[in-house]
Amino acid sequence: MPNAIEIAHNTLLAPASLSDSDLDRVMDQLLTSQIDAADIYFQASRLESWVLEDGIIRDGNYNIEQGVGVRAISGEKTGFAYTDEIALPSLLEAGRTARAIARAGSQGNTRLSRTAPTQQFYAPLNPLESMTEEEKIGLLRKLDAEARRQDPRVQQVIASLVAAHDVVLVAASDGTLCGDVRPLVRCNVHVIVEADGRREQGSSGGGARESFQFFVDEERALGYAREAVRQALVNLEAEDAPAGSMTVVLGSGWPGILLHEAIGHGLEGDFNRKGTSAFSGRIGEKVAADGCTVVDDGTLPGRRGSLNMDDEGTPSQCTVLIEDGRLKGYMQDKHNAHLMGGHSTGNGRRESYAHLPMPRMTNTYMLPGQHDPGEIIASVKRGLYAVNFGGGQVDITSGKFVFSASEAYLIENGKVTRPVRGATLIGSGPEVLTRVSMIGNDLELDAGVGTCGKDGQSVPVGVGQPTLKIDNLTVGGTSA
Amino acid sequence: MSEQQLSARQAQLEQMVHDLLKEARQQGASAAEAAVSNDSGLSINVRKGEVETIEHTRDQGLGITVYFGQRKGTASTSDFKPEAIRDTVRAACNIARFTNDDPCSGLADADRMATETPDLDLYHPWDITPEEAIELGRRCESAALELDSRISNTEGASVNSHGGLHVYGNSHGFVGGYPSSRHSLSCSVIGQQNGSMQRDYWYTVSRDAGQLESEFEVGRKAGERTLARLGARKLGTRQAPIIFRADIAGSLLRSLISAISGSSLYRKASFLLDQLGQPIFPAHVQIQEHPRIPGGLGSAAFDSEGVATYDKRIIQDGVLQTYLLSSYSARKLGLQSTANAGGVHNLSITPGEHDLDGMLREMGSGLLVTEMMGHGVNMVTGDYSRGAAGFWVEQGEIQFPVEEITIAGNLKQMFAQLQAVGRDEERRSSIRTGSLLIEQMTIAGE
Repeated sequence: MPNAIEIAHNTLLAPASLSDSDLDRVMDQLLTSQIDAADIYFQASRLESWVLEDGIIRDGNYNIEQGVGVRAISGEKTGFAYTDEIALPSLLEAGRTARAIARAGSQGNTRLSRTAPTQQFYAPLNPLESMTEEEKIGLLRKLDAEARRQDPRVQQVIASLVAAHDVVLVAASDGTLCGDVRPLVRCNVHVIVEADGRREQGSSGGGARESFQFFVDEERALGYAREAVRQALVNLEAEDAPAGSMTVVLGSGWPGILLHEAIGHGLEGDFNRKGTSAFSGRIGEKVAADGCTVVDDGTLPGRRGSLNMDDEGTPSQCTVLIEDGRLKGYMQDKHNAHLMGGHSTGNGRRESYAHLPMPRMTNTYMLPGQHDPGEIIASVKRGLYAVNFGGGQVDITSGKFVFSASEAYLIENGKVTRPVRGATLIGSGPEVLTRVSMIGNDLELDAGVGTCGKDGQSVPVGVGQPTLKIDNLTVGGTSA
Repeated sequence: MSEQQLSARQAQLEQMVHDLLKEARQQGASAAEAAVSNDSGLSINVRKGEVETIEHTRDQGLGITVYFGQRKGTASTSDFKPEAIRDTVRAACNIARFTNDDPCSGLADADRMATETPDLDLYHPWDITPEEAIELGRRCESAALELDSRISNTEGASVNSHGGLHVYGNSHGFVGGYPSSRHSLSCSVIGQQNGSMQRDYWYTVSRDAGQLESEFEVGRKAGERTLARLGARKLGTRQAPIIFRADIAGSLLRSLISAISGSSLYRKASFLLDQLGQPIFPAHVQIQEHPRIPGGLGSAAFDSEGVATYDKRIIQDGVLQTYLLSSYSARKLGLQSTANAGGVHNLSITPGEHDLDGMLREMGSGLLVTEMMGHGVNMVTGDYSRGAAGFWVEQGEIQFPVEEITIAGNLKQMFAQLQAVGRDEERRSSIRTGSLLIEQMTIAGE
């Protein structure tokens, strides 16, 4: 199988008859002004999606995107232009536009050198071709049947299957010339159940940088169908959620969205360079309880948030954000690292060629602790046990963050008792982890469903954590 | 773009739509619809008086939906080369080989197509150079920074100017298109007091740059809003009346729109099933859609299926008058399209008699919400629980800023308890509303 840089070259440069020396030429033209750094990002992507609803394959969509983005940096200034046309004249024109950020300067002289991939956390495969269309829609039908088979109260099933094949090539003024082929598959099942005039919903899914076989293996996709129905039925029984400050036990896995919102965004390099984050200037300070170690790790094989290299060509790595309660480091892209006198941590990501890169998370999770999850529950007299969540959001400046539970239970006298309706939890990022009083030994990563939004750009991410007990978190129910 | 260039470009895009439809027919489709758009723009961000980013945007895209009888397939691309267009149509046709017969699928009914495309005054190009935009941003940001020494940091000021063309056509023979523009200026600054930081922002947006608020006004408001948040504290958990300030109140109306949209209804994924003709608000509430307001941010002469838009009452005297339907969801429900494929076009709630101060007096003691966080809205049940920040109010007067609280209730009850609508109408959105006073919700805090 050819490696990523060869695939990227054949997909992106060869059809436009662009050679490496053409790229040198564009780069030299970019560097003829007071430009400290520049990069060119080529991308071709294919996205296919199928939707089953009301028992029929109702919709399918196929999207073809390609283009190239050119960025020029002078000090703290960035010029950016892009074009949908991968060809030398439009590339030169985009370059002229981007470099207008700075005027007059020296002659550049870059020689790009192709770098073979140094690490491979997923194969350079095309997931769209990993199943026939018959197999894809057959899988969706099975999910519909599996969900309806669970319980007669299931009224509606919406199942979807999405595959993306993304080929990128990065050329940068520091000599970088490398490529990546990024497969991504996603499956989701959403159900609506009804009993005695009450309706509820449940949703479950997963994904990975793999072929569609991922969903067949271990009956994963069938598991999503069963899980969506289970959640919906639990919610049918749910009572009003409590309101106020109380002990909250978060389940393992997807509830790690806590770390993404409360800690992760505040530790992105751009906010800290500008001093706009509640974590700015706090490296070395105690921001979490003893035993809390949080990392951002783009190197986990096949995970949704993993990358062989980031969108600036920096190899992915595992970055320690918090070590045993102390703030250890930020997540950086090249631009912010340079301005802060450090190195990129491989977190420079962009939604597409038409967007500027910035520091973003990959897979963010907390390492496991000592406690058995059962022991953690048993230690709580009255509290909330939250195991599934919808989205979250953070104000990085005030540090306030929210995340919304979609499946939660009361804990009464050390036992999980009744399910309660969904409720938003709110807290303060720099404080919340100082209130972690027990860390489970059951680290789990999410099923591969996360999408992170920042400045209008979406990228796939992962989260994870062991079961966590947090003393005093505000629970936004209605039952005061 | 000059008038002449513009009409030439529009003719090109219309030709592309014709080509797409023709290609679809040649590849065997019994019906098809296509949309093509082309936008360009400039985005600059200035921070601490220096330009931070200059982005030149140039986006184009085309999408095609083909029908083979009752089966459909869609495909889209940003590549406008002739071979890419053929490939895109082929991809859509390939999809349609595998989707199922759906009795409700198909184009909107032919007799509902817009017969004319009136000029809705949506296109006002802004002849601004990057240098001028940078200067504008600088003046805006310094108006905020100079306001008070507690304004300690800044995320900067942004100037955005975008314009483009959108053309839609289908095999009924309908082809319509129009140019539109959108310009905005925004500013976001950070204040510091006793070691804790707060951030707030302000923006102005219009289709015509001449209608934007002045840069000084935008900067000043951003600064004032940030200062007002300094010293925020939590509240104790309680029940209280709540005012959603006009600039964020539109989100409640977005929940209404979602709940009465055909796609939520036929999936039974709405808390407002079977409510047509029923009172869902108190009798003083009137909500309507005016899709053809000249210069309106949401204006359009036809929806995303070519159906002619028209004025309609959505809530009259508190009673739900209509759902919001595309042709597909209308067929699923046995009704007619309401020209809402793709959403609503200029929805508004009729303003009441009080400005915000008057609303605060009417509330007496309660919470003025000025920011909401997170996505805690369950559209199936109407359960509502979101993070919030704002101001605690007593005897009609703001007492202190609050943060790190949640507000919770159920949308169905919240709608029924909409006690008053302000006359402080927010006009920077295609959804226009004044501040909204809800009789009672649960606030969770300390």
